[in-house]
Amino acid sequence: MSLRELITHSRGIKANGDTPVFAEPWQAEAFAMVIALHQKGLFTWNEWANALSGQLKRPGALDDASDYYQCWLLALESLITLKNIAGKEDIDQLTAAWQRAAHATPHGQPIKLENDPDRH
Amino acid sequence: MPNDHDHHHDNELDPMAARVRALETILTEKGLIDPLAIDAIVETYETKVGPRNGARVVAKAWSDPEYADWLQRDATAAIASLSITGRQGEHMQAVFNTADTHNLVVCTLCSCYPWSVLGLPPVWYKSPPYRSRAVIDPRGVLAEFGVVLPETTKIRVWDSTAELRYLVIPLRPEGTDGLDEAQLAEFVTRDSMIGTGLASAPEAA
Repeated sequence: MSLRELITHSRGIKANGDTPVFAEPWQAEAFAMVIALHQKGLFTWNEWANALSGQLKRPGALDDASDYYQCWLLALESLITLKNIAGKEDIDQLTAAWQRAAHATPHGQPIKLENDPDRH
Repeated sequence: MPNDHDHHHDNELDPMAARVRALETILTEKGLIDPLAIDAIVETYETKVGPRNGARVVAKAWSDPEYADWLQRDATAAIASLSITGRQGEHMQAVFNTADTHNLVVCTLCSCYPWSVLGLPPVWYKSPPYRSRAVIDPRGVLAEFGVVLPETTKIRVWDSTAELRYLVIPLRPEGTDGLDEAQLAEFVTRDSMIGTGLASAPEAA
């Protein structure tokens, strides 16, 4: 998408900039986790900006910034592994567990990690 | 494969959502985040923080020369005096448009933005075309926004950093004498505080 199209799109949503800021709930959660961890002193804002910039500069970053929170999440993950809070494998395994849990949860009920059938 | 299953009534988490839950689980178990605090942060950014904060700052600067002076010298303190504070402890600098200089804000590095006064950035602010072109061709970028300035007007581009964020103080529109701060704030658009727009003009009576 060109810059002009992005501007038009942004104006189309609502005048004066009070647009919904997150497209999906996970984006809001990923955003808030970074704020919370920064407040906790886990990283400086400078470290964060560099981690995010690293993701945004990857080849293949989309011109319409629709992958922005994907980059945000990858940047958060990179800091979590860098600070030895968790390894990539732990994160991968837990992600799979959440997906199994979601699948095992009847529609309309809250998804809980306990619902993962492979949980041990 | 998310849609590979026989019983379509089951819940599915897309990979990003599942990954966020995984990180949340890990960070909560380690005592690094509190899920309630996460909800509170989301709520704040979705509903309480937004460009209306910045509009209050601009309207006050238009009405009160002493405040404008303070804002120019120490924007961080002048903004905090209106009970608006940044969450990242970043410093703020106010850049004032004048008859011969127009200011434009970008973050070429990532998407640093004065959240406390403007909320979260619009999608175009985060996009590679804006981030790369604002510095190289600010006049062309402004034209995309429908802003055409006289050739004699200088355009100054400010590249935000993690530590320093900029707020553009647009020119006060003509025909607004005698209005109070709340009325003036109505003319202050988000884009005018990034520099990709001008303050809106009062409708001719």
